[in-house]
Amino acid sequence: MSVPKDAGWKDVPIAGRILEPGSAAKYETGGWRTYRPQHVPENCIHCLFCWLYCPDMAVIAKDGKFSEINYRACKGCGVCAQVCPGKRGNKALVMVLDEVAAASGNDAK
Amino acid sequence: MSIRVAKTGNEAVAEAMRQIRPDVVAAYPITPQTEIVQLFSGFVANGLVDTEMVTVESEHSAMSATIGAAAAGARAMTATSANGLALMWEVVYIAASMRLPIVMPVVNRALSGPINIHCDHSDTMGARDSGWIQLFSENAQEAYDNVLQAVRISEDPNVLLPTMVTMDGFIISHAMEVMEMLEDEKVRQWVGEYVPLNPLLDVENPVTMGPLDLFDWNMEHKRQQAEAMVQSKPVILQVAEEYAKLTGRRYSLFEEYKLDDAEIAIVVLGSTAGTAKVVADNLRQQGVKAGLLKIRVFRPFPAEEIANALKHLKAVAVMDRSDSFNAVSGPVFAEVRSALYGIANAPIIVDYIYGIGGRDVKPDHIESVYNDLAQIAAQGKADRLLTYLGVRE
Repeated sequence: MSVPKDAGWKDVPIAGRILEPGSAAKYETGGWRTYRPQHVPENCIHCLFCWLYCPDMAVIAKDGKFSEINYRACKGCGVCAQVCPGKRGNKALVMVLDEVAAASGNDAK
Repeated sequence: MSIRVAKTGNEAVAEAMRQIRPDVVAAYPITPQTEIVQLFSGFVANGLVDTEMVTVESEHSAMSATIGAAAAGARAMTATSANGLALMWEVVYIAASMRLPIVMPVVNRALSGPINIHCDHSDTMGARDSGWIQLFSENAQEAYDNVLQAVRISEDPNVLLPTMVTMDGFIISHAMEVMEMLEDEKVRQWVGEYVPLNPLLDVENPVTMGPLDLFDWNMEHKRQQAEAMVQSKPVILQVAEEYAKLTGRRYSLFEEYKLDDAEIAIVVLGSTAGTAKVVADNLRQQGVKAGLLKIRVFRPFPAEEIANALKHLKAVAVMDRSDSFNAVSGPVFAEVRSALYGIANAPIIVDYIYGIGGRDVKPDHIESVYNDLAQIAAQGKADRLLTYLGVRE
Protein backbone atom coordinates (compact mmCIF):
# COMPACT_ATOMS: atom_id res chain seq x y z
CA MET A 1 0.00 0.00 0.00
CA SER A 2 1.40 3.35 -0.97
CA VAL A 3 0.08 6.37 0.87
CA PRO A 4 -1.71 8.77 -1.51
CA LYS A 5 -0.30 12.31 -1.57
CA ASP A 6 -3.51 13.83 -0.19
CA ALA A 7 -3.91 11.30 2.67
CA GLY A 8 -4.77 12.65 6.12
CA TRP A 9 -4.29 11.23 9.61
CA LYS A 10 -7.46 9.17 9.35
CA ASP A 11 -6.27 7.44 6.15
CA VAL A 12 -2.98 5.90 7.25
CA PRO A 13 -2.34 2.72 9.30
CA ILE A 14 -2.10 3.36 13.05
CA ALA A 15 1.22 3.80 14.83
CA GLY A 16 3.19 4.06 11.59
CA ARG A 17 2.75 0.36 10.91
CA ILE A 18 3.90 -0.74 7.47
CA LEU A 19 1.42 -3.30 6.19
CA GLU A 20 3.12 -4.01 2.85
CA PRO A 21 6.04 -6.44 2.95
CA GLY A 22 9.17 -5.48 1.01
CA SER A 23 8.00 -1.90 0.55
CA ALA A 24 11.54 -0.67 1.23
CA ALA A 25 12.33 -1.62 -2.38
CA LYS A 26 10.25 1.39 -3.44
CA TYR A 27 12.24 3.78 -1.32
CA GLU A 28 15.00 5.50 -3.26
CA THR A 29 18.05 5.60 -1.04
CA GLY A 30 20.01 7.25 -3.85
CA GLY A 31 19.06 10.62 -2.35
CA TRP A 32 21.34 9.95 0.64
CA ARG A 33 24.47 9.82 -1.51
CA THR A 34 27.45 12.17 -1.23
CA TYR A 35 29.94 10.10 -3.26
CA ARG A 36 29.03 7.72 -6.05
CA PRO A 37 30.93 4.70 -7.37
CA GLN A 38 32.01 5.31 -10.93
CA HIS A 39 32.80 2.33 -13.13
CA VAL A 40 36.15 2.18 -14.98
CA PRO A 41 35.54 -0.60 -17.59
CA GLU A 42 39.20 -1.09 -18.53
CA ASN A 43 40.04 -2.07 -14.94
CA CYS A 44 37.07 -4.44 -14.43
CA ILE A 45 37.77 -8.18 -14.28
CA HIS A 46 34.03 -8.96 -13.68
CA CYS A 47 34.68 -10.77 -10.42
CA LEU A 48 31.32 -9.39 -9.19
CA PHE A 49 32.60 -8.74 -5.66
CA CYS A 50 30.76 -5.38 -5.93
CA TRP A 51 27.51 -7.15 -6.85
CA LEU A 52 27.96 -9.58 -3.95
CA TYR A 53 28.81 -6.99 -1.32
CA CYS A 54 26.42 -4.15 -2.23
CA PRO A 55 23.96 -3.82 0.70
CA ASP A 56 21.26 -2.31 -1.51
CA MET A 57 21.52 -4.55 -4.58
CA ALA A 58 22.39 -1.44 -6.57
CA VAL A 59 24.99 -3.23 -8.68
CA ILE A 60 23.33 -4.77 -11.73
CA ALA A 61 24.99 -7.78 -13.33
CA LYS A 62 24.04 -9.28 -16.68
CA ASP A 63 25.22 -12.63 -18.08
CA GLY A 64 27.72 -13.00 -15.26
CA LYS A 65 29.32 -9.61 -15.93
CA PHE A 66 29.16 -6.18 -14.35
CA SER A 67 26.51 -4.15 -16.17
CA GLU A 68 25.76 -0.90 -14.34
CA ILE A 69 25.01 0.83 -11.02
CA ASN A 70 21.41 1.69 -10.15
CA TYR A 71 21.95 5.21 -8.82
CA ARG A 72 18.36 5.44 -7.52
CA ALA A 73 19.28 2.75 -4.98
CA CYS A 74 23.01 3.39 -4.49
CA LYS A 75 23.47 5.37 -1.26
CA GLY A 76 27.17 5.84 -1.82
CA CYS A 77 28.48 3.70 1.03
CA GLY A 78 31.63 2.83 -0.94
CA VAL A 79 31.72 -0.85 -0.01
CA CYS A 80 31.91 -1.82 -3.71
CA ALA A 81 34.94 0.39 -4.31
CA GLN A 82 36.57 -0.94 -1.15
CA VAL A 83 36.23 -4.63 -2.12
CA CYS A 84 37.05 -4.09 -5.80
CA PRO A 85 40.40 -5.84 -6.60
CA GLY A 86 40.68 -3.99 -9.94
CA LYS A 87 43.39 -4.78 -12.43
CA ARG A 88 47.10 -4.35 -11.56
CA GLY A 89 46.27 -2.18 -8.57
CA ASN A 90 43.85 0.07 -10.48
CA LYS A 91 40.28 -0.02 -9.13
CA ALA A 92 37.34 -0.62 -11.46
CA LEU A 93 35.09 1.33 -9.09
CA VAL A 94 36.18 4.74 -7.80
CA MET A 95 34.25 7.04 -5.51
CA VAL A 96 33.58 10.47 -7.02
CA LEU A 97 31.81 13.43 -5.41
CA ASP A 98 28.22 13.08 -6.64
CA GLU A 99 27.73 16.59 -8.03
CA VAL A 100 31.10 16.43 -9.82
CA ALA A 101 30.02 13.19 -11.52
CA ALA A 102 26.64 14.71 -12.36
CA ALA A 103 28.28 17.85 -13.80
CA SER A 104 30.54 15.73 -15.99
CA GLY A 105 27.43 14.31 -17.64
CA ASN A 106 27.74 10.92 -16.00
CA ASP A 107 24.34 11.12 -14.32
CA ALA A 108 22.86 7.88 -15.56
CA LYS A 109 19.70 6.89 -13.68
CA MET B 1 -23.81 -16.48 41.18
CA SER B 2 -20.75 -14.53 42.14
CA ILE B 3 -18.28 -15.77 44.74
CA ARG B 4 -17.93 -13.89 48.02
CA VAL B 5 -14.36 -13.98 49.26
CA ALA B 6 -11.94 -12.17 51.56
CA LYS B 7 -8.97 -10.93 49.56
CA THR B 8 -6.24 -8.34 49.73
CA GLY B 9 -6.01 -5.97 46.78
CA ASN B 10 -2.98 -7.81 45.45
CA GLU B 11 -4.75 -11.16 45.75
CA ALA B 12 -7.81 -9.77 44.02
CA VAL B 13 -5.75 -8.50 41.08
CA ALA B 14 -3.74 -11.74 40.84
CA GLU B 15 -7.03 -13.67 40.75
CA ALA B 16 -8.31 -11.36 38.01
CA MET B 17 -5.16 -12.09 36.00
CA ARG B 18 -5.61 -15.83 36.58
CA GLN B 19 -9.17 -15.59 35.26
CA ILE B 20 -8.14 -13.47 32.26
CA ARG B 21 -5.44 -16.05 31.41
CA PRO B 22 -3.15 -13.71 29.44
CA ASP B 23 -0.94 -15.37 26.81
CA VAL B 24 2.16 -13.68 28.21
CA VAL B 25 3.05 -12.02 31.53
CA ALA B 26 6.51 -10.47 31.87
CA ALA B 27 7.16 -8.95 35.26
CA TYR B 28 9.70 -7.95 37.86
CA PRO B 29 8.92 -7.73 41.57
CA ILE B 30 8.78 -4.43 43.44
CA THR B 31 7.14 -3.57 46.76
CA PRO B 32 4.15 -3.31 47.12
CA GLN B 33 3.30 -4.97 43.77
CA THR B 34 5.47 -8.08 44.40
CA GLU B 35 2.62 -10.24 45.67
CA ILE B 36 0.66 -9.88 42.42
CA VAL B 37 3.34 -11.46 40.25
CA GLN B 38 4.41 -13.85 43.00
CA LEU B 39 0.87 -15.24 43.26
CA PHE B 40 0.47 -15.26 39.50
CA SER B 41 3.74 -17.15 38.97
CA GLY B 42 2.30 -19.71 41.42
CA PHE B 43 -0.76 -20.08 39.20
CA VAL B 44 1.57 -20.67 36.25
CA ALA B 45 3.73 -23.19 38.17
CA ASN B 46 0.64 -25.08 39.33
CA GLY B 47 -0.79 -25.28 35.83
CA LEU B 48 -3.86 -23.18 36.60
CA VAL B 49 -3.07 -20.99 33.59
CA ASP B 50 -1.09 -21.71 30.43
CA THR B 51 0.43 -18.22 30.40
CA GLU B 52 4.04 -17.83 29.26
CA MET B 53 5.61 -16.22 32.35
CA VAL B 54 8.77 -14.27 31.54
CA THR B 55 10.88 -13.49 34.58
CA VAL B 56 12.99 -10.55 33.47
CA GLU B 57 15.88 -8.68 35.04
CA SER B 58 14.30 -5.22 35.30
CA GLU B 59 11.08 -3.32 34.74
CA HIS B 60 12.47 -1.84 31.52
CA SER B 61 12.76 -5.42 30.29
CA ALA B 62 9.34 -6.31 31.73
CA MET B 63 7.60 -3.65 29.67
CA SER B 64 9.79 -4.35 26.63
CA ALA B 65 8.95 -8.07 26.71
CA THR B 66 5.28 -7.26 27.22
CA ILE B 67 5.37 -4.95 24.20
CA GLY B 68 7.12 -7.60 22.11
CA ALA B 69 4.51 -10.18 23.08
CA ALA B 70 1.65 -7.77 22.39
CA ALA B 71 3.11 -6.85 18.99
CA ALA B 72 3.36 -10.56 18.20
CA GLY B 73 -0.37 -10.79 18.86
CA ALA B 74 -0.51 -12.02 22.45
CA ARG B 75 -2.79 -10.76 25.19
CA ALA B 76 0.01 -9.51 27.42
CA MET B 77 0.11 -8.08 30.94
CA THR B 78 2.59 -6.89 33.52
CA ALA B 79 2.37 -5.09 36.88
CA THR B 80 4.55 -2.64 38.76
CA SER B 81 4.92 0.13 41.34
CA ALA B 82 6.75 3.42 41.78
CA ASN B 83 10.42 3.17 40.79
CA GLY B 84 9.59 0.13 38.67
CA LEU B 85 7.25 2.28 36.62
CA ALA B 86 9.92 4.96 36.49
CA LEU B 87 12.46 2.46 35.14
CA MET B 88 9.93 1.43 32.47
CA TRP B 89 9.42 5.05 31.44
CA GLU B 90 10.89 4.93 27.94
CA VAL B 91 8.91 1.86 26.92
CA VAL B 92 5.71 2.91 28.70
CA TYR B 93 5.36 5.64 26.06
CA ILE B 94 6.23 3.18 23.29
CA ALA B 95 3.48 0.75 24.40
CA ALA B 96 0.91 3.52 23.97
CA SER B 97 2.26 4.94 20.73
CA MET B 98 2.50 1.44 19.21
CA ARG B 99 -1.20 1.12 20.13
CA LEU B 100 -0.78 -2.15 22.03
CA PRO B 101 -3.69 -2.97 24.37
CA ILE B 102 -1.58 -4.02 27.38
CA VAL B 103 -3.20 -4.01 30.83
CA MET B 104 -0.93 -3.15 33.76
CA PRO B 105 -1.96 -3.01 37.41
CA VAL B 106 0.10 -0.33 39.18
CA VAL B 107 0.19 -0.44 42.97
CA ASN B 108 0.68 3.21 43.88
CA ARG B 109 3.80 3.94 45.85
CA ALA B 110 5.90 7.06 46.40
CA LEU B 111 8.72 7.65 43.96
CA SER B 112 12.10 7.90 45.67
CA GLY B 113 13.74 9.81 47.21
CA PRO B 114 14.08 9.92 50.07
CA ILE B 115 13.43 6.24 49.65
CA ASN B 116 9.92 5.27 50.65
CA ILE B 117 7.76 2.22 49.94
CA HIS B 118 4.36 3.57 50.99
CA CYS B 119 1.44 4.99 49.09
CA ASP B 120 1.19 8.18 47.18
CA HIS B 121 0.26 8.80 43.56
CA SER B 122 3.53 10.29 42.32
CA ASP B 123 4.26 7.19 40.20
CA THR B 124 1.10 7.08 38.05
CA MET B 125 0.61 10.86 38.11
CA GLY B 126 4.05 11.14 36.56
CA ALA B 127 2.89 8.80 33.80
CA ARG B 128 -0.35 10.69 33.19
CA ASP B 129 0.79 12.02 29.80
CA SER B 130 2.29 8.72 28.57
CA GLY B 131 -0.80 7.90 26.51
CA TRP B 132 -2.14 5.18 28.81
CA ILE B 133 -5.73 5.03 30.02
CA GLN B 134 -5.68 5.34 33.82
CA LEU B 135 -8.33 3.81 36.07
CA PHE B 136 -8.09 4.49 39.82
CA SER B 137 -9.56 2.10 42.39
CA GLU B 138 -10.95 2.83 45.86
CA ASN B 139 -10.72 -0.73 47.19
CA ALA B 140 -9.92 -4.35 46.28
CA GLN B 141 -13.31 -4.85 44.65
CA GLU B 142 -12.78 -1.88 42.35
CA ALA B 143 -9.25 -2.98 41.51
CA TYR B 144 -10.57 -6.41 40.50
CA ASP B 145 -13.47 -4.93 38.53
CA ASN B 146 -11.24 -2.34 36.84
CA VAL B 147 -8.74 -4.97 35.67
CA LEU B 148 -11.52 -7.03 34.08
CA GLN B 149 -12.99 -3.95 32.40
CA ALA B 150 -9.56 -2.69 31.31
CA VAL B 151 -9.05 -5.69 29.03
CA ARG B 152 -12.25 -4.91 27.14
CA ILE B 153 -11.54 -1.17 27.01
CA SER B 154 -7.95 -1.51 25.78
CA GLU B 155 -8.75 -4.13 23.16
CA ASP B 156 -11.72 -2.25 21.69
CA PRO B 157 -10.94 -1.59 17.99
CA ASN B 158 -11.77 2.12 18.47
CA VAL B 159 -9.30 2.39 21.35
CA LEU B 160 -6.23 0.09 21.13
CA LEU B 161 -4.46 1.84 23.99
CA PRO B 162 -2.85 0.31 27.08
CA THR B 163 -4.49 0.75 30.49
CA MET B 164 -3.04 1.21 33.98
CA VAL B 165 -5.27 0.07 36.81
CA THR B 166 -4.12 1.60 40.06
CA MET B 167 -4.69 0.81 43.71
CA ASP B 168 -3.15 2.41 46.77
CA GLY B 169 -0.04 0.61 48.00
CA PHE B 170 -0.50 -1.30 51.30
CA ILE B 171 -3.78 0.51 52.10
CA ILE B 172 -5.51 -1.54 49.39
CA SER B 173 -2.83 -3.92 48.15
CA HIS B 174 -2.17 -5.51 51.56
CA ALA B 175 -5.44 -4.99 53.45
CA MET B 176 -8.00 -7.78 53.34
CA GLU B 177 -11.59 -7.01 52.42
CA VAL B 178 -14.69 -8.94 51.58
CA MET B 179 -15.37 -8.73 47.86
CA GLU B 180 -17.13 -10.54 45.06
CA MET B 181 -15.41 -12.46 42.30
CA LEU B 182 -16.96 -13.75 39.13
CA GLU B 183 -16.75 -17.43 38.23
CA ASP B 184 -13.79 -18.31 35.99
CA GLU B 185 -16.07 -19.23 33.11
CA LYS B 186 -17.89 -15.89 33.24
CA VAL B 187 -14.61 -13.99 33.08
CA ARG B 188 -13.52 -16.18 30.17
CA GLN B 189 -16.66 -15.17 28.31
CA TRP B 190 -16.34 -11.54 29.41
CA VAL B 191 -12.82 -11.06 28.03
CA GLY B 192 -13.50 -13.32 25.03
CA GLU B 193 -10.94 -14.37 22.48
CA TYR B 194 -8.40 -11.67 21.70
CA VAL B 195 -8.21 -10.76 18.02
CA PRO B 196 -5.09 -8.62 17.58
CA LEU B 197 -4.68 -6.07 14.78
CA ASN B 198 -1.68 -6.67 12.46
CA PRO B 199 0.05 -9.26 14.70
CA LEU B 200 3.68 -10.00 13.83
CA LEU B 201 3.08 -13.75 14.10
CA ASP B 202 0.61 -13.63 11.21
CA VAL B 203 3.23 -14.79 8.70
CA GLU B 204 0.72 -14.71 5.84
CA ASN B 205 0.49 -10.95 6.27
CA PRO B 206 3.92 -9.66 7.26
CA VAL B 207 3.98 -6.15 8.78
CA THR B 208 6.56 -3.78 10.21
CA MET B 209 5.84 -2.35 13.68
CA GLY B 210 7.50 0.67 15.22
CA PRO B 211 9.45 1.92 12.20
CA LEU B 212 11.29 5.23 12.00
CA ASP B 213 8.64 7.94 11.71
CA LEU B 214 10.04 11.44 11.28
CA PHE B 215 8.52 14.82 10.52
CA ASP B 216 6.70 13.55 7.44
CA TRP B 217 4.09 11.37 9.27
CA ASN B 218 4.83 11.37 12.99
CA MET B 219 2.32 14.14 13.70
CA GLU B 220 -0.47 12.26 11.94
CA HIS B 221 0.22 9.17 14.02
CA LYS B 222 0.18 11.27 17.21
CA ARG B 223 -3.12 12.78 16.07
CA GLN B 224 -4.51 9.24 15.72
CA GLN B 225 -3.29 8.44 19.23
CA ALA B 226 -4.99 11.55 20.62
CA GLU B 227 -8.22 10.56 18.88
CA ALA B 228 -8.05 7.05 20.38
CA MET B 229 -8.01 8.63 23.84
CA VAL B 230 -11.09 10.71 22.92
CA GLN B 231 -12.83 7.60 21.58
CA SER B 232 -11.99 5.61 24.73
CA LYS B 233 -14.43 7.64 26.83
CA PRO B 234 -17.65 6.27 25.29
CA VAL B 235 -16.06 2.80 25.23
CA ILE B 236 -15.29 3.01 28.97
CA LEU B 237 -18.93 3.90 29.61
CA GLN B 238 -20.22 1.14 27.33
CA VAL B 239 -17.99 -1.49 28.96
CA ALA B 240 -19.14 -0.26 32.40
CA GLU B 241 -22.76 -0.65 31.29
CA GLU B 242 -22.16 -4.24 30.18
CA TYR B 243 -20.20 -4.96 33.36
CA ALA B 244 -23.13 -3.70 35.44
CA LYS B 245 -25.41 -6.19 33.67
CA LEU B 246 -22.96 -8.98 34.47
CA THR B 247 -22.22 -8.07 38.10
CA GLY B 248 -24.72 -5.49 39.30
CA ARG B 249 -21.79 -3.20 40.11
CA ARG B 250 -22.06 0.11 38.30
CA TYR B 251 -19.06 2.18 37.22
CA SER B 252 -18.70 5.48 35.41
CA LEU B 253 -16.02 8.08 34.73
CA PHE B 254 -16.29 9.18 38.35
CA GLU B 255 -18.51 8.56 41.34
CA GLU B 256 -20.72 11.29 42.73
CA TYR B 257 -21.39 10.88 46.42
CA LYS B 258 -24.13 13.07 47.94
CA LEU B 259 -23.18 15.71 45.39
CA ASP B 260 -26.61 16.67 43.99
CA ASP B 261 -27.65 18.99 46.82
CA ALA B 262 -24.18 19.61 48.23
CA GLU B 263 -22.74 23.09 48.77
CA ILE B 264 -19.17 22.00 49.42
CA ALA B 265 -17.32 18.96 48.11
CA ILE B 266 -13.96 17.33 47.82
CA VAL B 267 -12.51 15.69 44.70
CA VAL B 268 -10.41 12.64 45.47
CA LEU B 269 -8.89 9.51 43.91
CA GLY B 270 -8.20 6.10 45.42
CA SER B 271 -8.66 4.75 48.93
CA THR B 272 -9.06 8.14 50.63
CA ALA B 273 -12.49 8.35 49.02
CA GLY B 274 -13.66 5.70 51.50
CA THR B 275 -12.50 7.75 54.48
CA ALA B 276 -14.00 10.91 52.99
CA LYS B 277 -17.41 9.27 52.48
CA VAL B 278 -17.57 8.46 56.20
CA VAL B 279 -16.70 12.05 57.04
CA ALA B 280 -19.28 13.38 54.58
CA ASP B 281 -21.91 11.11 56.17
CA ASN B 282 -21.07 12.44 59.65
CA LEU B 283 -21.20 16.05 58.46
CA ARG B 284 -24.54 15.44 56.76
CA GLN B 285 -25.95 14.36 60.14
CA GLN B 286 -24.81 17.72 61.49
CA GLY B 287 -26.64 19.49 58.67
CA VAL B 288 -23.56 20.31 56.60
CA LYS B 289 -24.24 19.87 52.89
CA ALA B 290 -21.03 18.00 52.16
CA GLY B 291 -20.45 15.91 49.03
CA LEU B 292 -17.69 14.09 47.23
CA LEU B 293 -16.54 13.36 43.69
CA LYS B 294 -14.26 10.35 43.28
CA ILE B 295 -12.39 10.27 39.99
CA ARG B 296 -12.15 6.77 38.56
CA VAL B 297 -10.98 7.64 35.05
CA PHE B 298 -8.10 10.12 35.15
CA ARG B 299 -7.04 9.39 31.53
CA PRO B 300 -9.00 10.24 29.48
CA PHE B 301 -9.73 13.20 31.75
CA PRO B 302 -13.52 13.76 31.93
CA ALA B 303 -13.24 17.56 32.04
CA GLU B 304 -16.70 18.49 30.81
CA GLU B 305 -18.47 15.88 32.93
CA ILE B 306 -16.58 16.88 36.08
CA ALA B 307 -17.30 20.57 35.47
CA ASN B 308 -21.01 19.77 35.11
CA ALA B 309 -21.00 17.77 38.32
CA LEU B 310 -19.24 20.50 40.31
CA LYS B 311 -20.60 23.74 38.87
CA HIS B 312 -23.48 24.17 41.35
CA LEU B 313 -21.18 24.03 44.39
CA LYS B 314 -19.95 26.97 46.44
CA ALA B 315 -16.51 25.60 47.21
CA VAL B 316 -14.47 22.61 46.10
CA ALA B 317 -11.27 21.08 47.50
CA VAL B 318 -9.13 18.88 45.27
CA MET B 319 -7.11 16.23 47.09
CA ASP B 320 -3.74 15.63 45.44
CA ARG B 321 -1.71 12.64 46.62
CA SER B 322 1.36 13.87 44.73
CA ASP B 323 3.07 17.18 44.09
CA SER B 324 3.87 18.63 40.68
CA PHE B 325 6.68 20.76 42.15
CA ASN B 326 5.56 23.50 39.76
CA ALA B 327 5.30 26.07 42.58
CA VAL B 328 1.52 26.22 42.03
CA SER B 329 -0.42 23.04 42.85
CA GLY B 330 -0.74 19.29 42.47
CA PRO B 331 -1.65 17.74 39.10
CA VAL B 332 -5.31 16.85 39.79
CA PHE B 333 -6.06 20.39 40.94
CA ALA B 334 -4.58 21.88 37.77
CA GLU B 335 -6.88 19.76 35.61
CA VAL B 336 -10.07 20.15 37.68
CA ARG B 337 -9.61 23.89 37.96
CA SER B 338 -8.94 24.10 34.23
CA ALA B 339 -12.15 22.14 33.58
CA LEU B 340 -14.11 24.78 35.52
CA TYR B 341 -12.63 27.72 33.61
CA GLY B 342 -15.21 29.77 31.74
CA ILE B 343 -18.17 28.41 33.72
CA ALA B 344 -20.29 31.22 35.13
CA ASN B 345 -20.33 31.38 38.93
CA ALA B 346 -17.91 28.48 39.15
CA PRO B 347 -17.16 27.30 42.69
CA ILE B 348 -14.13 28.58 44.55
CA ILE B 349 -11.53 25.83 44.27
CA VAL B 350 -8.53 25.03 46.46
CA ASP B 351 -5.91 22.28 46.56
CA TYR B 352 -4.74 19.98 49.36
CA ILE B 353 -1.61 17.92 48.92
CA TYR B 354 -1.90 15.02 51.35
CA GLY B 355 -0.75 11.49 52.18
CA ILE B 356 2.70 11.88 50.66
CA GLY B 357 4.98 8.89 51.26
CA GLY B 358 2.13 7.04 52.97
CA ARG B 359 1.38 9.77 55.54
CA ASP B 360 -1.79 8.57 57.25
CA VAL B 361 -5.01 10.33 56.27
CA LYS B 362 -7.47 10.30 59.16
CA PRO B 363 -11.11 11.38 59.27
CA ASP B 364 -9.99 14.45 61.26
CA HIS B 365 -7.86 15.59 58.33
CA ILE B 366 -10.74 15.27 55.89
CA GLU B 367 -13.06 17.01 58.33
CA SER B 368 -10.64 19.94 58.57
CA VAL B 369 -10.81 20.23 54.77
CA TYR B 370 -14.62 20.33 54.85
CA ASN B 371 -14.44 22.91 57.66
CA ASP B 372 -12.12 25.05 55.53
CA LEU B 373 -14.56 24.72 52.62
CA ALA B 374 -17.51 25.79 54.79
CA GLN B 375 -15.58 28.90 55.80
CA ILE B 376 -14.51 29.63 52.20
CA ALA B 377 -18.12 29.26 51.06
CA ALA B 378 -19.33 31.59 53.84
CA GLN B 379 -16.79 34.35 53.17
CA GLY B 380 -16.92 33.93 49.37
CA LYS B 381 -13.14 33.71 48.98
CA ALA B 382 -10.17 31.50 49.79
CA ASP B 383 -7.17 32.82 51.67
CA ARG B 384 -4.77 30.44 49.92
CA LEU B 385 -4.75 28.14 46.93
CA LEU B 386 -2.69 25.27 48.31
CA THR B 387 -2.46 23.57 51.70
CA TYR B 388 -0.14 20.72 52.67
CA LEU B 389 -2.50 18.62 54.77
CA GLY B 390 -0.99 17.01 57.86
CA VAL B 391 2.53 18.34 57.38
CA ARG B 392 4.43 19.44 60.52
CA GLU B 393 4.65 23.23 60.44
